[in-house]
Amino acid sequence: MERYYQPEIETASREQIKAWQDERLVKQVRHVWDNVPYYRKKMEEKGVTPDDIKSTEDLPKLPFLSKADLRDAYPYGLLAVPLKDCVRIQSTSGTTGKRVVAFYTQHDIDLWDDCCARAIVAAGGTNEDVCQVSYGYGLFTGGPGLNGGSHKVGCLTIPTSSGNTERQIMFIKDLSATILCCTPSYAAYIGETMKEMGMTPEQIPLKAGIFGAEAWSEEMRQDIQNTLGIKAYDIYGLTELSGPGVSFECSAQTGMHINEDHFIAEIIDPDTGEVLPEGCQGELVFTSITKQAFPLLRYRTRDICVLTREPCPCGRTHVKMTKPRGRSDDMLIIRGVNVFPSQIETVLLNHGYPANYQIIVDRVNHTDTLDVHVEMTPEMFTDNMGEITRRQKELVDGLRSMLGLTAKVTLVAPKSIVRSEGKAVRVIDKRKI
Amino acid sequence: MSIKQISVFLENKPGALYAMTGVLAQNKIDMRALSLAETSDFGIARMIVDDVYKTTTVLRDAGYIHSLTPVLGVAIPDVPGGLNKVLQVLTDAKVNVEYMYAFLGGETGGKAYMIFRVADNNKAANALEYRGIKLVEPEDIQRL
Repeated sequence: MERYYQPEIETASREQIKAWQDERLVKQVRHVWDNVPYYRKKMEEKGVTPDDIKSTEDLPKLPFLSKADLRDAYPYGLLAVPLKDCVRIQSTSGTTGKRVVAFYTQHDIDLWDDCCARAIVAAGGTNEDVCQVSYGYGLFTGGPGLNGGSHKVGCLTIPTSSGNTERQIMFIKDLSATILCCTPSYAAYIGETMKEMGMTPEQIPLKAGIFGAEAWSEEMRQDIQNTLGIKAYDIYGLTELSGPGVSFECSAQTGMHINEDHFIAEIIDPDTGEVLPEGCQGELVFTSITKQAFPLLRYRTRDICVLTREPCPCGRTHVKMTKPRGRSDDMLIIRGVNVFPSQIETVLLNHGYPANYQIIVDRVNHTDTLDVHVEMTPEMFTDNMGEITRRQKELVDGLRSMLGLTAKVTLVAPKSIVRSEGKAVRVIDKRKI
Repeated sequence: MSIKQISVFLENKPGALYAMTGVLAQNKIDMRALSLAETSDFGIARMIVDDVYKTTTVLRDAGYIHSLTPVLGVAIPDVPGGLNKVLQVLTDAKVNVEYMYAFLGGETGGKAYMIFRVADNNKAANALEYRGIKLVEPEDIQRL
């Protein structure tokens, strides 16, 4: 028997969902027009006013927002309510070191928590469950989002945050955690560590896991399900829209239901911006129709996927999206962190290295690794090993402060980075996702 | 007073050193001293050769990154305590030795030769010569 957190919403008729979307979209466009001069200017440039938006069919008239807009408008340019009405920010690392800062009113947080609660109930959670949230807490949305959802469902919440894996396992065992929320790579790592400690899946009470914030394959799902003895569910979200819970997997495990009463999803051709019909692969675009503080209209996620409204055996009527199949830009997601090659290039140039580099991303024991290969130059070279390694370490530190993760820096011989048609291949992603 | 050392950047992988010595062999360059310093992913080959100009030219043409460093070649009596005596002089002069390595064979006449990379060549050379310790001159390289 499938259970829902908000059955009247999650199984509403398509007509009802459309009616909610139409009504909320009209209201939201007016709210943005009145309160966000940055977007109003974009609308004016396109010759659109709120009067032109009467239903979801009018969405294509609205201009897009991109990550570049968020950077331009940093920090308050897209804020739609007075700061005194906001109660929280969350943040993500962004391009060229500028962070995306998203604002929330209490109402926004309540709705976000609802979205996460739907995901937990879809994974079988009830108020009898013990939910261990091993996503990072802090500016990252993973911890706070699932924490809020877990409270709404009434689970006993264990806010372990990430790290200290043996303690994670101790809590799972001693406090009988039944649901684990974290990144899929961390779930796999917890599984590996358990194995090393000589524990079997039968010795822990976990039954389900909600894993997101990075791409993972079906093979990885099987692997995690076997090592932890659980059913593993995917969850999707972006800080720009709230955080995890924009969409989530149900018992069918065949795609993630988008919370369409809060977000309108479109698929566009990333090159032309044209809206594509259902079933076509393209870039996912979201319009947030219930958020007060940070309401993004037609935000381009750069994630490539497919939408389907075919009836789902779970009974939910909200549209399903496939796992993102790639990006329409060059962004990499490494250990849940967004990384642009241009950020790495900036750090290299700042440290006096040439822009002859290659980024090698791999997944070793289910953990992403980032290796930056840099070609040695006559200017950088000296007979002094200590000097070279000191500079190498400075570069590692520079990358860490820019990206928020540790990269390995390898110095390689000049001209050893493969160039095809004279152009170096900048990114080699060896991960099988 | 000082002699020129050539340092070459090499990746730490099979065949990297062989490829470089191949370039030197092809061009009939005689290596008189060699030392390798390495990390897990790269290394530095430091060497003293018979013909510095020719060596740097062929290395550059072969795409190697290299640098020239003035170092001291020191003749040390090949008896117990010989090196200790040299280091005593440098210690007294408060000169830091960054690294050192041995010269390869040849007609040594009861002396061992070592290459010293120090923080201050002038200071070290003066101190050593004052104590009667002989330094290798560039023109000696061919003979040794």
